[in-house]
Amino acid sequence: MAEFLQFLISGLTVGAVYALVALGFTLIYNASGVVNFAQGEFVMLGGMVTVFASAAGLPLPLAALVAIAAAVAIGLMLHRFAIEPARGASAVTLIIITIGASILLRGVAAIVFDKQFHKLPAFTGDTPVDVLGAAVQPQSFWVLGGTAVVVLGLYVFLEHTLLGKAVLATAANRLAARLVGINTTTIMALAFGGSAAIGAIAGILVTPITLTSYDVGTLLALKGFAAAMLGGMGNPVGAVVGGLLLGLLEAFGAGYLSSTYKDAFAFLVILIVLFAAPQGLFGRRVVERV
Amino acid sequence: MRALVNQRFVTLAILAVVIAVLPLAFPSSYYFRVASLVWVSALAAIGLNILMGQAGQVSLGHAAFFGIGAYAVAIGPTHLGIPPWAALLFGALLSGVLAYLVGRPILRLKGHYLAIATLGLGVLVALVITTESRWTGGPDGMPVERLTLFGWRVSGSYTWYWVTGGLLLIGTWIALNLDETPTGRAFRALHDSEVAAQVVGVDVARFKLQAFVIAAIYASLAGSALAFMNGFINPDQAGFLHSVELVTIVVLGGLGSVVGSIVGAAVLVTLPQALTVFQEYEHLLLGLIIIVAMIFMRNGIVPSLSNLLLRRARS
Repeated sequence: MAEFLQFLISGLTVGAVYALVALGFTLIYNASGVVNFAQGEFVMLGGMVTVFASAAGLPLPLAALVAIAAAVAIGLMLHRFAIEPARGASAVTLIIITIGASILLRGVAAIVFDKQFHKLPAFTGDTPVDVLGAAVQPQSFWVLGGTAVVVLGLYVFLEHTLLGKAVLATAANRLAARLVGINTTTIMALAFGGSAAIGAIAGILVTPITLTSYDVGTLLALKGFAAAMLGGMGNPVGAVVGGLLLGLLEAFGAGYLSSTYKDAFAFLVILIVLFAAPQGLFGRRVVERV
Repeated sequence: MRALVNQRFVTLAILAVVIAVLPLAFPSSYYFRVASLVWVSALAAIGLNILMGQAGQVSLGHAAFFGIGAYAVAIGPTHLGIPPWAALLFGALLSGVLAYLVGRPILRLKGHYLAIATLGLGVLVALVITTESRWTGGPDGMPVERLTLFGWRVSGSYTWYWVTGGLLLIGTWIALNLDETPTGRAFRALHDSEVAAQVVGVDVARFKLQAFVIAAIYASLAGSALAFMNGFINPDQAGFLHSVELVTIVVLGGLGSVVGSIVGAAVLVTLPQALTVFQEYEHLLLGLIIIVAMIFMRNGIVPSLSNLLLRRARS
């Protein structure tokens, strides 16, 4: 039982990070139709900027704020200088642009920071907490709690503010949204900024557990994309569930079956899910208009 | 029709001349090596372009087939005693069969779902290669026995330049010919509109599957060639980043353009070599060049430039 609980909590912790990355994917995809492969770099920036800002003497909360601000600035620049000029290009062209952006950001991070691994101190100490026999790092609670706050905040924003509803309207139908007076360019910029902030928060929360370096983004983007697809691309609830599920699959697969093949279980399940339900778990069945 | 035949012939002839003349400008064997790398990448990209540019399907796991081809010629002779040339054919066969089996269910999926399914396949293959170190040497990779054909030991960067160049010519010839067969026309119909293609009687699922199998075999042969050429192979060749590189080559050069894939490969293989002069700025510049190229030549280098030239010629 204790072992099961141990795997459960570590799976949920990793899954929460995947969920945040997937949420970032979803936000940008909904607003602009772009699959942003630079999403993992926002997570990297969140961790790296916090590490270096706190090393420069800033207290941790302030350093975290600086990191989020930096990621948002870069998210907005990505939209303004790379996505916006290529407006109207095909989906695959836009994907290559974000891949280029991801290489660029990795290159910049390697120069501005360095190529070493870095660690942040856990927010509230390293003494494991005993939960029904499982030893849990306090930072796990920060990750889970932080994810819950972000998801809740995003939900309130989308459902209960005028701006949030404008985002949903843009996601549903860009042309119709523009016709009722929504500035879809601003909404897209907002989505890139918000998505960058979510990624950076994920990076700050998880760095005390997993360490960070200039190139952690690729793997996270891959997992986040997989999580978003597992849940059904474009569905925020699906992104969160997909992320948590992916984390759990990895943790239980590694714990009970084979740790070397932990990534295999996750992708094997994704393949099976897609064969059975080609739209993902929560995806809408899209009827193509001819 | 005759114009088309001529155009194809001219393209092939120009490529042959380029391959033949290029060595005159090469000061050292290092250049032969880099050029061979371009030919190999171009071969894989031309195959992928049949899937992406003509059948309109994105594969984010194509390096898996490249890896299978490469490891087939490494494992076959070393562990199983198969002659190298037979291992090459076996790798291509294995890739084709795998693509067929996996492609049947995968190709029902559309757009980004196909991308994630192929991505999953790529990750699985790469993981098996990295983990089964008894057979593959694990993350460190493994040596590859030299290719021997009828007693001729194929080795050296000079020899391989001509071998890979010849392979590229054959691959280009097949791809160009495919364009004008009923299959090629069916692929293009698919790319323009799946529904319309279905309405006029194109068996959509079958042709997508065909394109996927062809693309897999191209990648596998390119992988085998690289493994023989380097005499060494490691799991990076089957990894996600290599898949991304192949897709980038295809899109950068121009979707649906055979020549585009060769140009794309030339750019993406030589650029990092040239940029090493800038040392730590290498990745920064590479990313920047990809972004700028895609913004200003959103249809890819070759289609964008040829459109520009056509417009100039007309005015």
